[in-house]
Amino acid sequence: MEAAAKVQRQMVRLRGRSYVAFVFVPTVPIQDWLQEIDATIARSPGFFAGRPVVIDLSSVDLSQAGIGHLLTSLQDRNIRVLGIEGVDEGRLTPMMPPLLSGGRSCVVEPNAPKKPEAKVEAKPTSLLLEAPVRSGQTVIFPEGDVTILGSVGSGAEVVAGGSIHIYGALRGRAMAGVNGHTSARIYCQKIEAELLAIDGFYQTADDIDAALRGKPAQAWLQGNTMRITALN
Amino acid sequence: MSKVLVVTSGKGGVGKTTTTAALGAALAQRGDKVVVVDFDVGLRNLDLVMGAERRVVFDLINVVQGVAKLPQALIKDKRLENLWLLPASQTRDKDALTEEGVGKVIADLRSRFDWVICDSPAGIERGASMAMRFADEAVIVTNPEVSSVRDSDRIIGMLDSKTVRAEKGERVEKHILITRYDPSRAARGEMLTIDDILEILATPLLGIIPESQDVLKASNVGTPVTLSNADGAPARAYMDAAKRLCGENVTMHVPAERRGLMDRLLRRRAA
Repeated sequence: MEAAAKVQRQMVRLRGRSYVAFVFVPTVPIQDWLQEIDATIARSPGFFAGRPVVIDLSSVDLSQAGIGHLLTSLQDRNIRVLGIEGVDEGRLTPMMPPLLSGGRSCVVEPNAPKKPEAKVEAKPTSLLLEAPVRSGQTVIFPEGDVTILGSVGSGAEVVAGGSIHIYGALRGRAMAGVNGHTSARIYCQKIEAELLAIDGFYQTADDIDAALRGKPAQAWLQGNTMRITALN
Repeated sequence: MSKVLVVTSGKGGVGKTTTTAALGAALAQRGDKVVVVDFDVGLRNLDLVMGAERRVVFDLINVVQGVAKLPQALIKDKRLENLWLLPASQTRDKDALTEEGVGKVIADLRSRFDWVICDSPAGIERGASMAMRFADEAVIVTNPEVSSVRDSDRIIGMLDSKTVRAEKGERVEKHILITRYDPSRAARGEMLTIDDILEILATPLLGIIPESQDVLKASNVGTPVTLSNADGAPARAYMDAAKRLCGENVTMHVPAERRGLMDRLLRRRAA
């Protein structure tokens, strides 16, 4: 029966992997050295975040208590120590990070805070046109307001996501608030519009009060009705 | 320094061809070397108004396509030493105009003449856009009525966006020429006023050509109106417009209704 249950040995898989760690070399007085660390953190917060840190104690002579104090000071600064180098093992307690040896130095890429990526052009929220909009031309600007220094000809169209301001006569069509922006308005110095629309609610020239024709006026939405009044 | 001038309007029948012939002749009378180019391929008229229809051999399309050389197609005016015509083809259509070909012809004409006046066809399609494509200046012919003014507005928009100059960020110098202005109808408020037109088009005025039988007569006999009846009101208005094109400062006259005493006493025959 010795053939019974021969436990198959499961291989423990071991893999090697190397990481680059920051090596801190504290110097005396430790207090001054800690201030140096604080200054670095103040300059670039997150400089040490997520970076493995090793302390090299070869240039200082610290007691076990001294090492413990140093470790807690670093912990207070959110720096977690992965291992300790350059000290007699006897000075470490089992609760402290393990003693490391055989480290090779390498170039550390400074993890400087990433440069703000090639400035994303802030999208303009208004459009300024310094010439008249001629018959047959269409101006479409769903991102925001449109301002026109000049007239909008009969048969021309201005479409805006926001409000429309016309410093001249409006003889064509103006459509404001096309993306459901109900508080958009249309302003013009001389209203002879063919059509006005705000958020899909429209009025044609026939609906516009004849008394307003040729006067400065504004149009806005009151609930589901379009109001057009003189601007004075 | 030569200039390419397009005479355009959008709307048909407002007097582009008449204006092209009259301005061309007026500028030639002043001593400049002028060529008038008909861009109305398929519906050519300028040769008739210039009275050169019996001498057309080669045309613009032949030159554009390289079938004929430019000097072969140019027709010299019989009355004026400095005036030439490049006629359009009557048998082809506007698709035969290629931008490259037209550009070459215009460049060639520029080197030979002081003024290259392009008579645009009506509409906003290929013919009209080719006529204005290489222009330095534009005369927009407008009648005092809303449809014509709106079409002119549309054409001004095209001049500001679709010409070579506009695409290079330069300006095409634009002038409004009001034709068929009838003082008596204007007095009765039956037409748009000059101020209305200029306010809508926001473009400087080059001249006002009064409605006149002279114009129709001149077209019928194939003579530019500035030559046929040089003392008439339309001829004088065109001469003034030509002077303004050359940078002279000429006072603008708004044609007024002139009626004699008898006209006023005996206004209309009773039925």
